Amino acid sequence: MTATTTAPVAAPPVHTQKKQPSGRMRAWATRAPLLPALIFMIAVTQLPFVATLVISFFDWNSLYPDARSFTGFGNYTEVLTDAALRKSVWVTILLTVGVVLTSLVLGLGLALLLDRKFRGRGLVRTLLIAPFLVVPVAAALLWKHVLYNPEYGLLNGLLHYVGGPQPDWISNTPLLAIEASLVWQWTPFMMLILLAGLQSRDHQQIEAAKVDGASNWQVFRYLTLPHLRRYLELGALLGSIYIVQNFDAVFTITSGGLGTANLPYTVYQTFYQAHENGLASAAGVLVVIGSIIIATFALRVVSSLFREEVSRA
Amino acid sequence: MTATAVQARPSTTQSADPTPRRPKGRGLGLVAWLAGIVFFLPIAWMALTSFHSEEDAATNPPSFAAPLTLDGYREFFGTGGGASPWPSLINSTVASLASTLLVLILALPAAYALSIRPVKKWTDVLFFFLSTKMLPVVAGLLPIYLFAKNTGMLDNIWLLVILYTSMNLPIAVWMMQSFLSEVPVAIIEAAQIDGAKLPTILTRVVAPIALPGIAATSLICFIFSWNELLFARVLTGVVAETAPVFLTGFITSQGLFLAKVCAASLVVSLPVLAAGFAAQDKLVQGLSLGAVK
Repeated sequence: MTATTTAPVAAPPVHTQKKQPSGRMRAWATRAPLLPALIFMIAVTQLPFVATLVISFFDWNSLYPDARSFTGFGNYTEVLTDAALRKSVWVTILLTVGVVLTSLVLGLGLALLLDRKFRGRGLVRTLLIAPFLVVPVAAALLWKHVLYNPEYGLLNGLLHYVGGPQPDWISNTPLLAIEASLVWQWTPFMMLILLAGLQSRDHQQIEAAKVDGASNWQVFRYLTLPHLRRYLELGALLGSIYIVQNFDAVFTITSGGLGTANLPYTVYQTFYQAHENGLASAAGVLVVIGSIIIATFALRVVSSLFREEVSRA
Repeated sequence: MTATAVQARPSTTQSADPTPRRPKGRGLGLVAWLAGIVFFLPIAWMALTSFHSEEDAATNPPSFAAPLTLDGYREFFGTGGGASPWPSLINSTVASLASTLLVLILALPAAYALSIRPVKKWTDVLFFFLSTKMLPVVAGLLPIYLFAKNTGMLDNIWLLVILYTSMNLPIAVWMMQSFLSEVPVAIIEAAQIDGAKLPTILTRVVAPIALPGIAATSLICFIFSWNELLFARVLTGVVAETAPVFLTGFITSQGLFLAKVCAASLVVSLPVLAAGFAAQDKLVQGLSLGAVK
């Protein structure tokens, strides 16, 4: 991503592909190494999706395979009018936005703290990264049993010492309970990206601003924050990709109960437990349409980051 | 980053902090320590609980000084009765290693074509790879399940290998594209003039230079495969069960299995924790698809 590396990437295609006598052969030789990966991706990700699309137009419960029939957009109207499914759309939005924003803000705070020099900084960094490195199901089990349990969980155990209340966290605030566990896992990720952003700042520029009498806040507001913008966007984008699809935490902590079923969990349940293949597929297609809307926006962000780098060459 | 940022880096890492010797810094250092401890506390508590007896694990207020025992681990590994986790740990290892290898075999030439000998519309191809990552897993899960059922591939670890490869390939192509861009084109052209073919160039010229990046890519692919639950949950059963699926057996675990749950969670997380700690810096670069350095 340095200037030296992007320059040759951007330049060659123009003349190598035009002027060579055996241009077509060479072009294919250049493309050939790409093909295995491309063909593999199309076969394993795009074909199943096309199949999902086809199935979504059928009324098909796998317990009654003989009753399969074409139903047009029937499944879609059923899905869209289904209150539970609409609720899971809302849950997915709340979960994603809540977790991404909270972990971004916390991650920014931690990154700013870790950007300073203090004794044991390396160790603190390692402690902070650890939550991101716990297997998601294990992390969800940890929160469910070891922290949230109303009788012997650590949270209520610590509250006991200060004489606080002993709430049943998961029953009282199920969605917040899931969000807290995800924020704990994703804050380190945001911190890592933002810390890398902080450390790539131009320190001479900051020194100059300080010499000119800028306060710490002014340096943060007018130099650091604009510089961090692309890192914040990248963190939000990558976090969203993963949290929109979250299955592990919802499945483990509440099994989708107490109004916490998000779209991935609902689709899983519709076909795996209710065996409604057609309905599940329609819901799946709707998830994809939603994702495409987010993705167009997200890809625009990435490509602007990308173009910025190429143009700097 | 810009050329200036790259040139500035040596000076910033050596003279380190822009604002050293500030009295205010010590207070903020304490805050950082506090934050680190708060974030690590659940893991530390999980580790301590895993060495307690089930009676001591399930008390309120928590018992910090209870005697230590390996019973939780004995229970987890099945020596105290119950199912052994070994088959699932072995399945996870096979699935993660095999898919990581397959990802490397497919991604390395692709990244090479995209970074060193760019094809026309190379950014379009890169974005196609990234866009597949935004296709939700549930969008293709049912057809894959039906396909597996009809071809007898259900509960087969190699099906997971293929799916994990498709899950990680886009990330790997992006990451390696950025790592391979660092290999000077002149060296490759020199090798070509000497008559070297693609496999030779990849293994003898490109790989040694891009090795740290390739290692980081492999590590991240391994971690994601090791962590994956949804595919494994739907497509495996008895024979090909992976470690995360084994862990789901504890979801409804009540009362007296707390030490065992902690031991299990810790053992299954251990490979990822070890790998992640060992490669913290490369991890960041990789996870941000090479866009952040």
